[in-house]
Amino acid sequence: MDLFEYQGKEVLRRFEVPVPEGRVAKTPEEAAEAARGLGGKVVVKAQVQVGGRGKAGGIKLAESPEEAATVAGDILGMDIKGHVVKRVLVERAGDIKDEYYVSFLLDRSERNFLGMMSAEGGVEIEEVAVSNPDAISLVHIDPLLGFSDFHARKLVFGANLAPEARGGALEMLPKLFRAFVELDASLVEVNPLVLTGDGKVVALDAKVTLDDSAAYRHSIFEELKAAHEIPEQERLAKEKGLNFIKLDGDVGIIGNGAGLVMSTLDVVKDAGGDPANFLDVGGGADADVLSAGLEVITSNPEVKSVFVNIFGGITRCDLVAQGILDALSRLDMKVPMVVRLDGTNAEEGRKMLADQPHDLLIPAETMLGAAATAVELAQKGA
Amino acid sequence: MSILIDENTKLVVSGLTGREGSFHSLRNRDYGTNLVAGVTPGKGGQDVDGVPVFDTVAEAVKETGANTSMVFVPARFAADAALEAYDAGCKTIVVITENIPAMDMARVVPYIRASGDATLIGPNCPGVLSPGKANVGIIPPEIAKPGSVGLVSRSGTLVYQIVYELTEGGLGQSTCVGIGGDPIPGSDFIDILSKFEADPETDVVVMVGEIGGDAEERAAEWAKDNMTKPVVAYIAGRTAPPGKRMGHAGAIISGSKGTAAAKTEALEAAGIRVAMNPVEVAELAVKAHASL
Repeated sequence: MDLFEYQGKEVLRRFEVPVPEGRVAKTPEEAAEAARGLGGKVVVKAQVQVGGRGKAGGIKLAESPEEAATVAGDILGMDIKGHVVKRVLVERAGDIKDEYYVSFLLDRSERNFLGMMSAEGGVEIEEVAVSNPDAISLVHIDPLLGFSDFHARKLVFGANLAPEARGGALEMLPKLFRAFVELDASLVEVNPLVLTGDGKVVALDAKVTLDDSAAYRHSIFEELKAAHEIPEQERLAKEKGLNFIKLDGDVGIIGNGAGLVMSTLDVVKDAGGDPANFLDVGGGADADVLSAGLEVITSNPEVKSVFVNIFGGITRCDLVAQGILDALSRLDMKVPMVVRLDGTNAEEGRKMLADQPHDLLIPAETMLGAAATAVELAQKGA
Repeated sequence: MSILIDENTKLVVSGLTGREGSFHSLRNRDYGTNLVAGVTPGKGGQDVDGVPVFDTVAEAVKETGANTSMVFVPARFAADAALEAYDAGCKTIVVITENIPAMDMARVVPYIRASGDATLIGPNCPGVLSPGKANVGIIPPEIAKPGSVGLVSRSGTLVYQIVYELTEGGLGQSTCVGIGGDPIPGSDFIDILSKFEADPETDVVVMVGEIGGDAEERAAEWAKDNMTKPVVAYIAGRTAPPGKRMGHAGAIISGSKGTAAAKTEALEAAGIRVAMNPVEVAELAVKAHASL
């Protein structure tokens, strides 16, 4: 789960990481109220989970509560790279002397944690990595050893922070690391980390990604998740225990296993089509799960054909076939469905489908043949 | 030979008394795997279809001589169960469980690897199958047959799909290994490739990757200097959008990192042919085998 900036700051505050004082507003009036409470000049920031807010006009200064209301009015409802702004964060504007970058993340290749710091803050770290890799100071942290003071010194001195920022940064880093580990985060990124006019080091932004698998041991995850709007189709899928991601095309996809579904998207694309979604029914899917999957997929009006690609392992193809037949009788299906079954009980499954022929049901022999047929049907139906 | 598991495997299952655990463990036994024990704290002294259950893995190992562990317990107990199996002396530990917090695996994986004497497979994996010898996990063994292709994959269902294609194409398998879809797997491609390289029964290796991370790139680099046996590959997720987690916790393109294009390029630069789909990768393996 990617947190909104205001949520990221809220959780970092619990670990005593200095963040600017701020309040969340959902309307211009609330923004004015927040600005009044904070007093003086404020900055109004769009709360969206996508980079490049500043360039898109999603971050603005306001001198007064009235101006805060006006700019909040401009920002709320704004569409930033497909994300509609529902909230703004109103923060006391500070005097910024210097901007840095710091992050902790899970390093998959090295199987440990990686800390990164740079004196080039406020720009994408990936850009710095290309344009000026020496400007990034890196430390690998052994998860069994944890964060030691020398790690902090290596980061701070290695990144060549301004001398007056060193003390504040050295003090903040262990807190940030503790937040990373104790929150079960896969990423904690502060960009920019700023040195203020009065010599303080403050997290001006916060990007925190939490590991959903650890939700069971953090009651706060549920609370944080509540602020995240899930599209209707994804919510429906989640309720039914399906792993669903909406895409932009018109060929609906159902498969079992993440790898096979990814592969199915690829072969549909190769056949000249565009997948409408990723949907993994998981291992051991039964008739109900399959039928629910078809319901979720066909609730998208863009879908012009469906490709069911099952390779039975724990999943039994006879149960899959039952789910397809159930869906055909239960749902008002309007689009054709190409079905490819292989693996456990595939023959039984194919026979069940053959015994109950239906205009919208097209059995296919192979994965590639099925993809071609599904794409052709989608193009005809478009 | 085959790798990781064979006729000498003596399997202890953590979570044998659970519904999924008993179903798959007994299926593994039906295939011929020597299932010697189960472990469920508090249920010591019971049995599951004649398989004795112990309270701890240590006790199970002491009483039965188990050398291989399969972990089938829920996510919150799974990292601990893997450590327990390691502590008890199991040399191969296969963790089927998915959704284990990455922080847990970030500690468990380096700890077990540092020992140098045990191999952790998974988590979030379908297990290991050495056709004709032993099956530890959930790979349906009917589609496989003994032979000389070694298969290693991050995805489970793609193991099934490709094994099926290989068998149809007349090629049997030495061992099929699902290393799992997590960000920090116990074993990566390099670990398994090196075992296949050393296995006299394996003569062609099929490697099945997917988007996310750089395990395929590192494997390509390693294979260039260390593999004498032909390797063919397939990468799932060529058309996956960035920033979306495609089912597996590890299958996500972060920024510009982890794309199928980068992986394909790295593999091809190492002389490894990369197929466009799972059907084609089996064909490449058949060709590679024929030209040996």
